[in-house]
Amino acid sequence: MLEIGLGHYLTVGAILFVLGIFGIFLNRKNIIVILMSLELILLSVNLNLVAFSANLGDLTGQIFSMFILTVAAAEAAIGLAIVVIYFRNRGTIEVEDVSTLKG
Amino acid sequence: MNWTLALPEILLACAGLVLLMVGVIPKRDMTFPVTMGTLGALLLAAVLTMATPDGAAFAGQFVSDSFARFAKVLILLGAATGLMLALDWNEKQGIARFEFPVLVLFSTIGMMAMVSASDLITLYMGLELLSLSLYVLGSFDRDNARSAEAGLKYFVLGALASGLYLYGASLTYGFAGSTSFAAIGSAVSGQEGVSLGVVVGMTFVVAALAFKISAVPFHMWTPDVYEGAPTPVTAFFASAPKVAAVSLLVRVLADPFADLASQWQGVIWLASLGSMLLGSLAAIRQQNIKRLMAYSSIGHVGYALMGLAVATDTGLRGVMLYMAIYLVMNAGVFAVLVAMRRQGRSLERVDDLAGLGRTDPAMAIAMVVFMFSMAGIPPLAGFFSKLYVFLAAVQEGYWVLATVGVLTSVIGAYYYLRIIKVMYFDAPAGTLDPRSASVSLVLAGAGLFNVLFFLFPAPIVAAAAAAVAALAG
Repeated sequence: MLEIGLGHYLTVGAILFVLGIFGIFLNRKNIIVILMSLELILLSVNLNLVAFSANLGDLTGQIFSMFILTVAAAEAAIGLAIVVIYFRNRGTIEVEDVSTLKG
Repeated sequence: MNWTLALPEILLACAGLVLLMVGVIPKRDMTFPVTMGTLGALLLAAVLTMATPDGAAFAGQFVSDSFARFAKVLILLGAATGLMLALDWNEKQGIARFEFPVLVLFSTIGMMAMVSASDLITLYMGLELLSLSLYVLGSFDRDNARSAEAGLKYFVLGALASGLYLYGASLTYGFAGSTSFAAIGSAVSGQEGVSLGVVVGMTFVVAALAFKISAVPFHMWTPDVYEGAPTPVTAFFASAPKVAAVSLLVRVLADPFADLASQWQGVIWLASLGSMLLGSLAAIRQQNIKRLMAYSSIGHVGYALMGLAVATDTGLRGVMLYMAIYLVMNAGVFAVLVAMRRQGRSLERVDDLAGLGRTDPAMAIAMVVFMFSMAGIPPLAGFFSKLYVFLAAVQEGYWVLATVGVLTSVIGAYYYLRIIKVMYFDAPAGTLDPRSASVSLVLAGAGLFNVLFFLFPAPIVAAAAAAVAALAG
């Protein structure tokens, strides 16, 4: 029987985190995918915190993850609102078109 | 329970809620009354902040010391000048909505919570309250594609920075066993050596905060966001949040991670060097003055970080003093930028300042003072801000940083002087629209501070020294 320990949780957390980062930087298509990648990053952090919390026998980590869940909801709402006003102005949400400002 | 230590923040939060009601309930436009109410609340909060005693509150989540008070007064000053600059500009731009001052107010609460944080959770809540308000402010001119794009870019990269911070905080919590600064501090000062997890966690946290202060190599959002955001919002971005984030970085590195100094000094050293070089070199070819100010602010962060890389009390005092003086210089420059409007259209090219020396001599002289001060020419305030960090670097033998700092100041002087040349030696491009009283007030205040600072530097230097002493103790 394989014992599932802290290391396994941290590995999953790290994989999710890296996926999230790559999702932001390698994604050339759609801004919504970036928002999903941001959620993935926050999810990986929550997983880390809960795993550490259980491992340390300390509740702080779980309280921290509750705060993160709440803030993530607010962040997603603001992100979508900004994407909506951006779409109204430009008529597109392709990542490659977000390049009016440069130099 | 000594919740009274957080009285300034509580007052501002209540004022924010009341002002939202005041803005919504009457049937007419309430932008001006709400702005005045916000300014009043900020002033009251500044008075309360200065009267707050030392101590810790909320089970060690929140601390009030002279460091927090010093940073908070600067933050409140920055927020108030930002609002004063926005008052008239938003009206002329057709984006005068009462939500603007309320958002500035909420971001101010976030900044104040940030600099008072003595726990990773409080720090996160403050950082997010600040960031979420700033994302909205960045895209405040919502019918303008550039503003929307600035808001979008700021949101994506800011949220990524928050993610980096959280990942670092989770590792620090897991390997140090606590989120409180005091407990992390004692965990890393143990005899048996520091766990690698804490070092990795700290690196993530430092990277995230470097994003927020736009230090190289995490600066790439700054020019785009500064250029696209409405001018008074850019003025606000470059002042209060920057002071707050630098203060926060100083507190995090000098308090819980103080014993890891050998690990982070090299990182800050590189960030400082990179920011100074990029800030001065990339600004040279900029035609848009807001973009130029973005690179200039990257450079100034580099100078401030020099003091942090030195990591002695003198160095940290230099950082806080630098941010205080930078806040005022920056307010002055942006007052001129906000006043750049011809026939109702807002201008942002360097060439639009042409002939200002003849068309508006008073403002041109103020701009000369700010540009000389930014370039670090004595006896203006900007010279002293650089002097204190360079002095600390030389005392501790950081010759490379000090030499590069002096060289980049010389390069930086080129583009500051170019603006002066455009104002005095180019053919006038026409008169600017008359500026409002609030802009003139900011211009005069910032100008006098920059000119007269050398007569009475002692109180401000002493306040910065006291702030840093609280951190070490």
